[in-house]
Amino acid sequence: MSKKESTSRTLLVALAVSLVSSVFVAGAAVSLKPVQIENRQLDKQRSILSIAGLGDAEMSAREVKAVFGSRIRARVIDLETGEYADAHDPNLFDPLKAARDPKLSDALPGEEDIALIKRRERFTTVYMVEQDGKLESLILPVRGYGLWSTLHGFVAVKNDLNTVVGLGFYQHAETPGLGGEVDNPKWKALWPGKTLFDEQGKPAIRIVKGGVDPANPEATHQVDALAGATLTSNGVDRLLQFWLGEQGFGPYLAKLRTQGV
Amino acid sequence: MSKPTMKEVLLNPIFANNPIGLQILGICSALAVTSNLKTALVMSIALTLVTAFSSMFISMIRSQIPGSIRMIVQMVIIASLVIVVDQILRAYAFSLAKQLSVFVGLIITNCIVMGRAEAFAMQNPPLLSFMDGIGNGLGYSVVLLTLGVIRELFGAGKLFGVEIIALAKDGGWYVPNGLLLLPPSAFFLIGLLIWALRSWKKDQVEKPAFKMAPQVVTKEAY
Repeated sequence: MSKKESTSRTLLVALAVSLVSSVFVAGAAVSLKPVQIENRQLDKQRSILSIAGLGDAEMSAREVKAVFGSRIRARVIDLETGEYADAHDPNLFDPLKAARDPKLSDALPGEEDIALIKRRERFTTVYMVEQDGKLESLILPVRGYGLWSTLHGFVAVKNDLNTVVGLGFYQHAETPGLGGEVDNPKWKALWPGKTLFDEQGKPAIRIVKGGVDPANPEATHQVDALAGATLTSNGVDRLLQFWLGEQGFGPYLAKLRTQGV
Repeated sequence: MSKPTMKEVLLNPIFANNPIGLQILGICSALAVTSNLKTALVMSIALTLVTAFSSMFISMIRSQIPGSIRMIVQMVIIASLVIVVDQILRAYAFSLAKQLSVFVGLIITNCIVMGRAEAFAMQNPPLLSFMDGIGNGLGYSVVLLTLGVIRELFGAGKLFGVEIIALAKDGGWYVPNGLLLLPPSAFFLIGLLIWALRSWKKDQVEKPAFKMAPQVVTKEAY
């Protein structure tokens, strides 16, 4: 056995290579992090704009910032009471971080956790599109588990707090071509005009298999499921049930309805 | 092949020893990212850089690497480079990084990178290995870009997202071939490319693995 092939030598080379590589990788990851965070922020704002029908995916970073700054107002709400919680700065408050913080979130018991998110934050950020001081549409953050991943997205409703303006997800890791089709513009185009709630104000929106029959009186609450992606479709269905229900934005929407928008 | 020259290692892989055309390596990503030219270009650049630098680094420490763990050492170096490329893309080309998704990460398992490390960089000096990496990256890029042009032009009537042929649905005359936007079409196109390449350079034609037996005489059949 030559000197190069000895056990101690092998270990030494392995250790040295790993050490140098890890310093290299960690250095790149840390130094590029601020730019990446800004990008992710921008991507989220872009998706809010496109869901609200104020822009598209092709917008430049400058346009996104300008339109977002001039048309959208973000406010933090208390999910429990439905009141605004303006003590939290919407630009700094991160609902997803709050959901991991025991002081700012509650664990959900199994039977209530239909969206499979485990913990729900007490406060979250909603986005409002306003025209001359009046609410035009309201954009609510939603999330829930699909097949492989948590889908993070938004649903935008008109100022009747019932009619959908748009729905979309900005982050998920569902199977490309199957569950990943939640990003397909054709599928997303099925959503605008649907209504979320029934007469009693209960969430009624459903994802149904086998196509929506327009003659059905329930058709306004129904959206065709994604072909070949039952679990992702179920996930989207359940996350809407959850976030539109009492555990989600129910109290907030009820307050808005009685006090007027 | 005793002493390869700079020019040889840089230019040979483009047509004479193309990694996709002759060695049939790296097919998976060639199918996945060529539905438009932009992703094909970014992928080509990323792979070329990774192949070149991983070959260079491996070549630099080739006399130190013990034979028993040489593949693992190669993988560590390749994987680190790929992660760095991925991080840079996420920082400076976020939407492209989103489109390329897993395929940047999968450069790690791309046979071209590993193949060059094992077959060339382990025996040759750093600069030559670097050039060999660039050359093989270019060979990969030529095929990817060709596929990207054909698929985007005839599948969507565009190049780099700019309309070239007016589509019938927008009042033009061209009805796009939707099949070209789906991964299987790249299989057909790669096949046709290899056919063209081998008709031009006859020495690339492989000997048949099996020969058909001559016609059996009738009496032997009984």
